[in-house]
Amino acid sequence: MQSEPERIGAASSTGGAGGSGAGIKVGIEIHQQLDTRCKLFCGCPTMLSDRKPDYSVVRRLRPTHSEMGEVDRAALFESTRRKRFVYQGHFGSACLVELDEEPPHELNPEAVSVALTAAALMNMKPVDEIHVMRKIVIDGSNTTGFQRTAKVALDGWIALGERRVTVQSLCLEEDAARKVSESEETVAYLLDRLGIPLVEVTTGPDMRSGAEAEQAALAIGRILKATGKVKRGLGAIRQDLNVSVEGGSRVEIKGVQELGMISTAVECEAMRQRRLLGVRDELIRRGVQDPLGSAVKDLTDLLSETGSKVLRKAIDSGGRVMGVLLKGYAGLLKCELQPGRRFGTELSDRAKAKAGVGGIFHTDELPAYGITPEEVSSVERALGALEGDCAVIVAAPEQMCRAALESVLERASEAIRGVPAEVRAANQDGTTRFMRPMPGSARMYPETDVPSIVVTKSRFEEVKRSLPETLESRAERYQKEYGLSRDLALLVVDSPYSAEFESLAREGVADPSFVAATFEYTFKMLRREGVDVDSFDPAEIKQVMLGANSGRIPKEAVPEVFRWLSANRGMGVEDALRALSVGAASAEEVRSKVAAVVERNLGLIQREGDRAKSRLMGDLMREYRGKVDGKLLFSLLEEEISKRIQPT
Amino acid sequence: MGLTPERGQPPQPQPRKTESESGYRGRVLDLIRSKGVKVGDRVLVTDGRMELAGILMPRSELEDDLHIVVKLPDGYNVGISIESIELQNAQDQEPPQPQPEARVPPPNPALPKVAIISTGGTIASRVDYRTGAVSPALSAADLYLTVPELGEIANIQTEILFSILSENMSSKHWTSIAESVSRQIKAGAQGVVVTHGTDTMGYTAAALSFALRNLPVPVILVGSQRSSDRPSSDAALNLKGAVSAAAYAPFAEVGVLMHATPSDETLVVHRGTRARKMHTSRRDAFRSVNSRPLAVIRDGRVEAHADVDYRPRGAPGDLEVRSHFEEDVVLIKSFPGIQPDIFDPIVHRGFRGIVLEGTGLGHIPDKLFHQVRRAIESGMTVVMASQCINGRVNMNVYSTGRELLTMGVIPAGDMLPETALVKLMWVLGQTEDHGKIRELFTANLAGEISERSEYLGGGSDAE
Ligand SMILES: [Zn+2]
Repeated sequence: MQSEPERIGAASSTGGAGGSGAGIKVGIEIHQQLDTRCKLFCGCPTMLSDRKPDYSVVRRLRPTHSEMGEVDRAALFESTRRKRFVYQGHFGSACLVELDEEPPHELNPEAVSVALTAAALMNMKPVDEIHVMRKIVIDGSNTTGFQRTAKVALDGWIALGERRVTVQSLCLEEDAARKVSESEETVAYLLDRLGIPLVEVTTGPDMRSGAEAEQAALAIGRILKATGKVKRGLGAIRQDLNVSVEGGSRVEIKGVQELGMISTAVECEAMRQRRLLGVRDELIRRGVQDPLGSAVKDLTDLLSETGSKVLRKAIDSGGRVMGVLLKGYAGLLKCELQPGRRFGTELSDRAKAKAGVGGIFHTDELPAYGITPEEVSSVERALGALEGDCAVIVAAPEQMCRAALESVLERASEAIRGVPAEVRAANQDGTTRFMRPMPGSARMYPETDVPSIVVTKSRFEEVKRSLPETLESRAERYQKEYGLSRDLALLVVDSPYSAEFESLAREGVADPSFVAATFEYTFKMLRREGVDVDSFDPAEIKQVMLGANSGRIPKEAVPEVFRWLSANRGMGVEDALRALSVGAASAEEVRSKVAAVVERNLGLIQREGDRAKSRLMGDLMREYRGKVDGKLLFSLLEEEISKRIQPT
Repeated sequence: MGLTPERGQPPQPQPRKTESESGYRGRVLDLIRSKGVKVGDRVLVTDGRMELAGILMPRSELEDDLHIVVKLPDGYNVGISIESIELQNAQDQEPPQPQPEARVPPPNPALPKVAIISTGGTIASRVDYRTGAVSPALSAADLYLTVPELGEIANIQTEILFSILSENMSSKHWTSIAESVSRQIKAGAQGVVVTHGTDTMGYTAAALSFALRNLPVPVILVGSQRSSDRPSSDAALNLKGAVSAAAYAPFAEVGVLMHATPSDETLVVHRGTRARKMHTSRRDAFRSVNSRPLAVIRDGRVEAHADVDYRPRGAPGDLEVRSHFEEDVVLIKSFPGIQPDIFDPIVHRGFRGIVLEGTGLGHIPDKLFHQVRRAIESGMTVVMASQCINGRVNMNVYSTGRELLTMGVIPAGDMLPETALVKLMWVLGQTEDHGKIRELFTANLAGEISERSEYLGGGSDAE
């Protein structure tokens, strides 16, 4: 990161840092956890646990040869073989099925119903028979080494403003285990999340900008919420993106955590692809030969006296330092593709992912990292580097070195053709890093332990007849029936309090707008303060609302009452009112107090009229703030005044 | 490709599935036949709502005849109702997927020779992701390809004896396995591995323990609880452990090797006569009953259990095979209210032996006594084991037990009921002399019975 990044991509005709513009195509893939009673293939609840795990088992996964490409077979095999996976479980939240110690049970019918409902809401066509597949995943996040997934519906659409976005596919799949820690040899996972049903919704590549993709994700999220069976909160919904620019390739971006990051991620990827096309143009201009197959040389002897810590460590532990030459690539490796990420990073990411090395060094950034100019020259000499060439070196056990440099050559070779189609992982800042090549369909085979499920035409007709209200129409109804503002109505339907709001509003417990505002504004504020809003009992909430409605609890005291209830778990609303001396003043007491104030100030009132009224109100509020509702106080004041003075 | 087995019966060929074996039947089979479509062909399906292109996949025979299964380009299989669809063959010429080349590495003179005899189950297999078909990897070449580490442990010879589900095994299969093991030992194997389905692996292990007299090398039965077509399979680790045990264990006994725990760490070798499948699905389903296991295997190292007396390795010439088993033996589990007349057909049909799985220390309801006496008087051998599984029968404590002893019922000591069954089948296959039968049955022939009941700890729910 020392040198100034080269701006070759930016200089090319397609360049420019902006993401939007003609030629971007974006598709999204939404993964939404379902709030079903049981997991997808067993009777465990769909709850995460925050207790200390009760047990753990250690596993290894063995990809069979058919699951790996030819080039990196040996290296990947080695790195996978060395990895230990530790699975931690809680009694009650994972069973032998998650441990892969018992065959899966039948596909959860509740989850199938939710998936069919979601499919109908998105105008999709269900398959006639649902077949569960095994999708090979060997990172340990599934104890089985595969994720079970089933296609439920195809070929639908949602409306996005005036436009239609195609929804290509809806699948039902099991969520993966939660990663808790990772070291070179061991990855630890919690089993509680494994097996929670997910629906995966895939759109066509119909969005033309990051902002549009964000809107589509929001719209699909709302449709799924309408089923009333989705999980909320952190990690309950995750989105992957498919991005390509004109002349680029389809790149899949995994793990965009927040809706708000979609736009940035799309723009970053569009920038990367345009700049890679710039790199391609430059390589072609330079007349660079395909580096694939270039000789890998062992440089260990040259560097046996090196002071570089990284090289030292590798050599001392029996590893080698090896290098390869990228003829004609000089300067391109420091070309910035995304903020802080250069073409050299792409080569390095590929070597890390495919060969398990810690990284690579290249002469666009050397001398550095304790490697001296003399060492750089001797490496260049040994590799036969000329002006305009770039040397790449790596330090690791020999087999890993070779695999790493082959990956580097592979990636450098792809640059001559443009943008490789691949799967990339989203970083926090919206940039991405290489994960794996785009998988073909080969990594899936049938889950023979789970019987298929027939979806008859009549069943789907039934689903279509009893569709839930969409969030959009519910918001309209809330405006009409309960007089909510459009903003508040939209907030309520989107929030977890929709059902509770409706039952309180329908019972007439309090003014619907007040109820909605309590949920959407007061609770949000309290949550920010760290109050555990979710733990309030519905009966408790109702009692506070009733109190506020009758004026017994002044509206401005409502947040304080909830704060007190949260801090004093196990105590009731009455206890809160006593402790806060809220609502302690009886209506009679207040009335006589008000009457006395009016009596004392009759002259003032006659002289100054409304001005006097507001001064008296101020005095009363000072005494009763938080104890008596302001409105009540004001109406008492007016009453007492009108008893004594005829309005003019 | 060097797939020919070393010796023994030819392997069951893995035939290409014909149309009728593709799982399609009835109406749907008629349809695909009439369109000239075969499983594996590219097809185009139109049903008015949409058009799908994919590959026609096989179907489970147990499913209905109303749907075809198509693999979509994204890899998913979906079932499509054949009602009102248009099915078109869209087969184009597709180059066959190159399969990795399988070859046997040259023998390493420093390593011992181990024979792997496969009897069924698929300890190693390959998945064809195009069709989802799983085919067993049984030849040495296939094994080296799927579990390359085997080449670092031993020089492997393979013999594909048969390929059957373990629930379909009978004593005839035990005989042929025993003979095959003997052939391999005589051909110089320094250890033998028998791959086996887990359901009846304990029975086969007991059978081999009795049939292979004066065994000179370890014979290790091995299976897997998770099939080898999945990355999490226990098969490869078990197979490596079995080859290690066969090659390097100091004992010359029949053992059953499986996971010791649900973790892929420690493996355990149970004595063949003491191993019992105690769980339907866990990796550590097998347990040693009334005995310690022979050895554990950690990181490929075989650690024989210090407190277990084992038969040491000997000369190949010592081996004597006595592999005849009497088939007419039954195992009857006693239960409250058992009807006495269930014995009638057994006595009438002339069975030669009954193993009673009694309650507790070895008891059955006294209303069965008449039948038991009748069976013994007709020349049958009746032995008593306990359905408690753990512990030893003792028929002297209560009068019902004493009465059964007086009738001539032979107590099975601390033998597993299943081992008692196999042993009685073997003993009756060796002799018809009643005195000799009793003598053989009550003697310790293969570690199946012991004088002492060691305290082995554990077994408390309060732990
Ligand atoms: Zn479970």
